[in-house]
Amino acid sequence: MIINQFLILGAALFSIGVYGVLARRNAVLVLLSVELMLAAVNINLVAFDRYLQDSIAGGQIFALFVITVAAAEVGIGLAIVLLIFRNRKSANVDELDLMKL
Amino acid sequence: MNVSLDFHALLPELLLTATVLGVLIVDLLPVRKQWTAVVGLVGLFAAFVPLLTLGFCDSLAFCEETAVRSMFGGSYVIDTFSLVLKGLFLASAFLAVLISAGYLERGRFWEGEYYFLLLCSVLGAVVMASSRGLVTMFVALELVTGPTFLLAGWRKGNARSNEAALKFFIVGVLSASVLLFGMSLVYGTTGELTFSGIREAIVGFELADPGFSDLPLLNIAVLFTLLGFAFKIAAVPFHFWTPDTYEGAPTPVTAYLSVVSKAAGFVGLLVVSYQAFATLRSIWGPALWILAAASMTIGNLSALRQDNIVRMLGYSSIAQGGFILAPFGAAVSSGVTGAQLEDAFFATVTYLLIYAFMNLGAFAVVIATAKRIGSVDVNDWGGLYQYAPGLAGLTMIFFFSLAGIPPLAGWFAKLVMFRSLIGVGNWGIALAVIAAVNSVVAFVYYARVVKAAWFDPVPEDVLTGEARSAYVAPTLGLAMGIAAAVVVVVGIFPAVLSELGEMTKVFVAGF
Repeated sequence: MIINQFLILGAALFSIGVYGVLARRNAVLVLLSVELMLAAVNINLVAFDRYLQDSIAGGQIFALFVITVAAAEVGIGLAIVLLIFRNRKSANVDELDLMKL
Repeated sequence: MNVSLDFHALLPELLLTATVLGVLIVDLLPVRKQWTAVVGLVGLFAAFVPLLTLGFCDSLAFCEETAVRSMFGGSYVIDTFSLVLKGLFLASAFLAVLISAGYLERGRFWEGEYYFLLLCSVLGAVVMASSRGLVTMFVALELVTGPTFLLAGWRKGNARSNEAALKFFIVGVLSASVLLFGMSLVYGTTGELTFSGIREAIVGFELADPGFSDLPLLNIAVLFTLLGFAFKIAAVPFHFWTPDTYEGAPTPVTAYLSVVSKAAGFVGLLVVSYQAFATLRSIWGPALWILAAASMTIGNLSALRQDNIVRMLGYSSIAQGGFILAPFGAAVSSGVTGAQLEDAFFATVTYLLIYAFMNLGAFAVVIATAKRIGSVDVNDWGGLYQYAPGLAGLTMIFFFSLAGIPPLAGWFAKLVMFRSLIGVGNWGIALAVIAAVNSVVAFVYYARVVKAAWFDPVPEDVLTGEARSAYVAPTLGLAMGIAAAVVVVVGIFPAVLSELGEMTKVFVAGF
């Protein structure tokens, strides 16, 4: 099995996610970018699992944990974004600058 | 694979889980919401008992003696190190609940949910102390941080609290993703999920290829993993979320974040670096050295210019994090082993134990004073001594302890840190010089608060006397009393806590 293409896909997806978190201004899109990063991790884990022929399928189990935790985190994140939208009528992260240095 | 559970060893976690559920049930019952706090306190206390029976197992008749209790294929281990740290988490959480009780009651917050989330986070910290595998550690870390995102935004109508929560959340999930990416690469290069397995695999690489030192993927994996933890412990340059989150979050949550959540990050960092990456110290040692030096310098210099005391304590906790990192960053960079390394580890753990109590105490005083005068600006604290001598005295105890002045506990923490730094050669001495300069800088802003409280005149716009109630919630008073007693007693008889630090030395014995 050739693993390189999976790792390159994972690294590319992770980089797109990092770019999205840093450059996107809408909080919901920032959340989506974080999901991309976690998806990259899952691709890595499953690809490594198959490549290593892991007898206890550790990588796949790890990926399941990552998926579960990611779902919980998005729930928390959307709750916070919703709260901010209610109070400010905007979900733009650039406008959150009440506190500085 | 044969799964056998050691229920005695798991009892603290099980009791804490029962408490978490108990809080939810009590919240549903038609009783006053304060009972949720009572259930939480009783549960934390109950979870402490099995730690003692496990710790003194050899002198108890009913206890089955095993040196190290290991479960789930070695990914969950209960040894003296994890017992001591679990004790620290439970004790700090106990104080944090006491601090929160009066604050929540006054603000009419959602008490049942608050304690539920807080205790979930404590459960994560307790699991963290025992986790010795990538999956266990990841789940524990998320359990620690997940609930705290919500707690940071607990003042739902307050724009600053909302902002604190979102900033904390974005940085938290970003760092978790980076950590996970590192972990996936660690798994890919070694094919193992438990830390002992990872270490053996890396030793295997070295045996197979004696010149091995640069498997590039493994280097990236190690650095990504450490970077994830650096966010959690708010080490410079990954600290920028800290002051904003600390300022905006409700102050009891800030106290919790700066102690339990931060200590959990340190525990994860110690376990990963000593257990999994033991043989790769040439990569992560210098990285930690730089983080330590940068954290203390930037943290202290930024704290100097703060007028808001909560924000000042935020920067101060970044700097204290640098002091905690310093011994083992320096020891590992110098490549020492044996007794010197054990000393460095002892210094780090002891500093962490003492830091927890003095920082919680400082935040408790800030909460009590802020309630009294309605401000956390250092200029408004002028003349605190004239109308609240007790609070002024406690301010002096905790802030001077943070500055490291004898005979308060902080000096012992600084002493063991410097002793360990000076003992490990040039890397250590260089860091000791930086730490010494920083201790002086830190004294300036800690002393500024104490000076305001004792010597400055009362500002005119601060209402005093009858205009403000002098009432301090009894739970908050108790928390301040416990923290002050620990800080003073440990300062005079350091052996009380240093014994606990000594017990954790076995952790690095085979390094």
